[in-house]
Order: sequence, then C-alpha cells, then structure tokens
Amino acid sequence: MTEKLSNAQIAWRAAQDIKDGAYVNLGIGFPEMVAGYMPEDREAVFHTENGVLGFGRNPAPGDEDWDLINAGKKAITLRPGAAFFHHADSFAMVRGGHLDVAILGAYQVAQTGDLANWSTGPKGVPAVGGAMDLVHGAKRVAVITDHVTKHGEPKLVEACTLPLTGVGCVTKVYTSFAVIDIVDGHFVLREKLPGLSFDDLQSQTGATLHTDGDVADLTVPEL
Amino acid sequence: MDKRIATLAEAVSGIPDGASVMIGGFGGSGAPIELIHALIDRFLETGSPKALTVINNNAGNGHVGIAALIEQGMVARMVCSFPRSADPRVFTERYQSGEIELELVPQGTLAERIRAGGAGIPAFYTPTSYGTDLAKGKPVEEFDGRPYVQERWLKADFALIKAEKGDPYGNLTYRMAARNFSPLMATAAARTVAQVSHLVAAGDIDPEAVVTPGIFVDGVVEVADPQQEEELNRAGAHHP
Repeated sequence: MTEKLSNAQIAWRAAQDIKDGAYVNLGIGFPEMVAGYMPEDREAVFHTENGVLGFGRNPAPGDEDWDLINAGKKAITLRPGAAFFHHADSFAMVRGGHLDVAILGAYQVAQTGDLANWSTGPKGVPAVGGAMDLVHGAKRVAVITDHVTKHGEPKLVEACTLPLTGVGCVTKVYTSFAVIDIVDGHFVLREKLPGLSFDDLQSQTGATLHTDGDVADLTVPEL
Repeated sequence: MDKRIATLAEAVSGIPDGASVMIGGFGGSGAPIELIHALIDRFLETGSPKALTVINNNAGNGHVGIAALIEQGMVARMVCSFPRSADPRVFTERYQSGEIELELVPQGTLAERIRAGGAGIPAFYTPTSYGTDLAKGKPVEEFDGRPYVQERWLKADFALIKAEKGDPYGNLTYRMAARNFSPLMATAAARTVAQVSHLVAAGDIDPEAVVTPGIFVDGVVEVADPQQEEELNRAGAHHP
C-alpha cells in the first residue's frame, strides 16, 4: 500500500497556488475543501454558480437560511463584499473568462487536458449541472483527485474512456501522489511524494510522465 | 396599471394542458411552492393542466413542489440540468419507466438559452459542451480559432416565479440566492406570474433596486410567509 495524501491534504496543496485577489470557483463536494486551506495572508473571492460571489463558511446547524445556498445546495454564509446575481450573469463570469481558477473533481483526466467528471456511463439518470460550463472560461482549470480509482486503476490516462465534460480544458492536476502540469498534450511531473519513486508513480499513471527540470518533493502538513 | 392577482387559484387558472412552464428556483432556493401547489390543486379538482413541459434547473426533491407536480402525473417532459437531489425518487421512477421525457441541458447553457429567448436572439454559440455527448447533432463553428456549439433560444408559455417584493406594476426584487433563474424566466415566457412575499405600493421599491422591471411580469400575487422547499423536505412534507 503506497502512502498517499488525504483529500484534505490534496485540497491544502491546491489552495497554496491560489493567488491573493483571485476569483475562484470550487466544484461540488471534495473541491469545496480547498476554501478551508487558503493561506491566511491571501484573500480569494469564491464564486458559486447559482449566483453568489464572496461566500464564507457553512453556518452552524440550526442557523441555515435555505435561500442562501451554494451550487451543492449546502447552506452558506456571506462575507463582507458579497454580491448576488442571476444565472446568466453567473455563467457570464464563468464562460467570459472572469474567473482566475476553477478547481474541479475528476473521474479521468487525459494528457490532452480532456476531462471526464460528469457521467460514469449510460446507467442511471444523466445529470450535468454546471460541470460543462465550468471547464470553459476560467483562466486556469485545475483538477484535484486521487491518483488512482479505488480499484487501483489510473485516473490520469492517455485518452478518457468515460463521457467527456470538456476537451483540452485542464491545465493542472493535484493528486494524492503528485502535482502535474498539462503542457502541449503531455503530463509534466512537477512534484511527487518523496517516498514514491518515479517508476512507482509511472506504473500507476495511464500515460507517459514527462519531466522538465527538477521534480520537487510534494510535502504537506498533517491535517 | 394594476397587475395584482387576488388568489393563487386565479394566478394559475390560464395554464392549459400541454403548456410549457418555466418554474424559478435552484433546488429549494427560489422555488414558488405556493404557485406550484395551486397548480396541483387545480389539477386535482379539474383534471387539468396535464402533459406539461416543465423547465427548471432540477427535477424536484421529495414530495413537494415540482416533485409533487411530477408525482401527480402532470408532467410529460422536463428540461433541466441536474435531475438529482437529496430525494429524487419521484422523477427517477417516471424517467426510468418512460413516462417522462428528459432534455438535459448544461446549467449555463440553460440560463443563456432562456436569456436569449427573452431577448429575441434565436441562437448563439457557446464553448460549453463542445466535444461531448450533449453537443451531438448541433452545429459547430470556429471563432478566432476555437470551436463553439450552436444552441437555440428557449421560450415558454408561462413562467411561475418567486420574488421578495413586488408592486402593482410588476417590478420585482429577490431574496439572496433565490434569484437564480427567475429574472431570466420572467423575460422568456409569454405570461409570467410572480408570487411575492411582500406586495408593496408603486414607488415603494427604489427604481435603483428593481431587479426585474415590470414589463416582464404579467401578474403578481402576494404570498406572505411563503413555504421554503428545503424546509418542507426536511420536515418530510407531502403535497397534497
């Protein structure tokens, strides 16, 4: 069993790359954790596609106002400077390139930057929400994910086999083992867990890992 | 000018069988529960309206609101982005048995199609869904070297929405994230009816604060202390 980062640690690592003053959309579920690990000396404004900029932490149980929710339909609170807007404005922020970064979950990411994160196939009721919109327009689209599925299969692949959310849209991947950029149709390894050899990492990755200069140690705090 | 409507029953009286109805709300936030339940009550009394096309971000949750509308068999077709919820069983069962047709639309595309419908723009190009299953059969064109998918406007016969304040001219404000699709739907329906939590006199809404100008609204009905869908579902409510 290879040592790996927890979801909280992956979220922490992704948060370290969000710049002060950034407008950020976090996908539903696991990516929402990123907000909790922003460095204290930086302020990001979080966007939720149902029509709020500048939301804060979830309220305590009993304090919810169910007209004030995020895209995952969880209750939220507002920070000073927050704003409400309708859906057409909200998705203008998304597609119009006004968000600095979107951080999303993934079933599969291809070395071409293709992302599959909305459907695991024809079974069940199809539901897409804002997934296909969010992959377009943010200046940086990053994915946070386990490096492999719970069955040990690579999630970083040459070509996605699951239904696509978007083509050539992902630029960076933070996994439970590594930090990887997508450059010109290649996975370029930037950081990896120090206890994991390059060959180990490659064997759990479904496409060739490239390097471009030094590979740094991926170190995160205990969380 | 006076767009006030006295009762909920009157507010939903003109919706015929087979109509397309945009319903505001994102999940429970902004769902016009009383208007939807008035429509259900009319159906239970008269057998109409049925075979509706309903346009909403979701496809109902639990056994109130849109889920209750579906549960009564009033809906033939859903146009939505995310037909899942904490308790989506009512829609799921009817979808899987083939009783309800589903048109799945990415959320931002749904919003923009409604906006286009209300703005007189028959089609537009968006990067969303390019290269995916949801773009199949749609025209694709390159602009400045990037591919975009053509999408068409979406209009409806009726819109049922929830607003915070409304005046006799139909000017509306909204409450927090309950705004979501409602200002767009108001523009895209042939007839828009808003339930408002506070019916105020003309002039009581600061013109600077109006979100939906009254030209887009045909009727306002006051529902003081409206029910909130999420709260109803947490209490296990059913309608009727």
